[in-house]
Amino acid sequence: MQLLINGNMTEIPDSIKTIADVKQHFQISNPVVIVEHNGEILEKDSHAVQEIANGDKIEFVQFVGGG
Amino acid sequence: MLTIGEKQFNSRLFLGTGKYPDFDMQKAAVDTSETDVLTFSVRRMNIFEPSQPNFLEKLDVEKYSLLPNTAGAKTAEEAVRTAKLANASGLCDMIKVEVIGCDKTLLPDPVETLKATEELVKEGYTVLTYTSDDVVLAQRLEEAGAHAVMPGASPIGSGQGIINAFNLSLIIEQLTVPIIVDAGIGSPKDVVTAMELGADGILLNTAVSAAAEPVKMAEAMKLAVESGRLGYEAGRIPKKRYATASSPMEGISV
Repeated sequence: MQLLINGNMTEIPDSIKTIADVKQHFQISNPVVIVEHNGEILEKDSHAVQEIANGDKIEFVQFVGGG
Repeated sequence: MLTIGEKQFNSRLFLGTGKYPDFDMQKAAVDTSETDVLTFSVRRMNIFEPSQPNFLEKLDVEKYSLLPNTAGAKTAEEAVRTAKLANASGLCDMIKVEVIGCDKTLLPDPVETLKATEELVKEGYTVLTYTSDDVVLAQRLEEAGAHAVMPGASPIGSGQGIINAFNLSLIIEQLTVPIIVDAGIGSPKDVVTAMELGADGILLNTAVSAAAEPVKMAEAMKLAVESGRLGYEAGRIPKKRYATASSPMEGISV
């Protein structure tokens, strides 16, 4: 399956079903990661139930230093 | 005590978190500054390097009010999206509206800044808006519901200090919401000047993070904010053209 993650078309195994699975696949452990799925910003507790499909657009963002 | 919207802060110094030499020095500078409010940005994560250290890991985020900015946005729509992304973290409901209209000067786009402020106030955020030193625009931002207005002292990161004290003083005089002087501060002198003009607070980043000794500069800025505020509250003497003796003129033994 292919996903457009942070602007890059990325191949992931078909066994991956949810946003939480994608996070686990890329070993994203940062407690503050915000996810936008097909233009919709997700509530933190919905990552485990939000299902993904081929061609979906996902943005993973975080906080970085700034003024 | 500084009140912005429904929030109260002991410190009048807001500190940015960008461009420190390393996270340990950043933490030391933040601690020394005794700030209550930290600003930061929202950016894409590098998912292929997820273990890279994050600045939040070093800081006790429970201790601070987090003020994410919308830096990177060039339209109101982009700023609103960034605000919503930050809010989805569950860590903050304040937002620093920053919509840049010129890549060279990083001066804000007044039209998009006003639109973003209106929209985010409607959405229920505590909105602190970065703006230029334009007096009428500052008034329009207050009318739009901004909880604080943050005029720049000079262009972001320039360290030029206060280049239009007159306009800043008019903004301070004419608005009722808190005025936080944001951007362009170079040294403690600039901070004292802004606070003596009656600013309610200061937001700075580069002046500390890029100083030769950031921790020492963080302390200097803390003291400058306190000193300038005390001076403002105490009320300076009027300037006179000629001297007035401090010592009595009577009883001079000559």
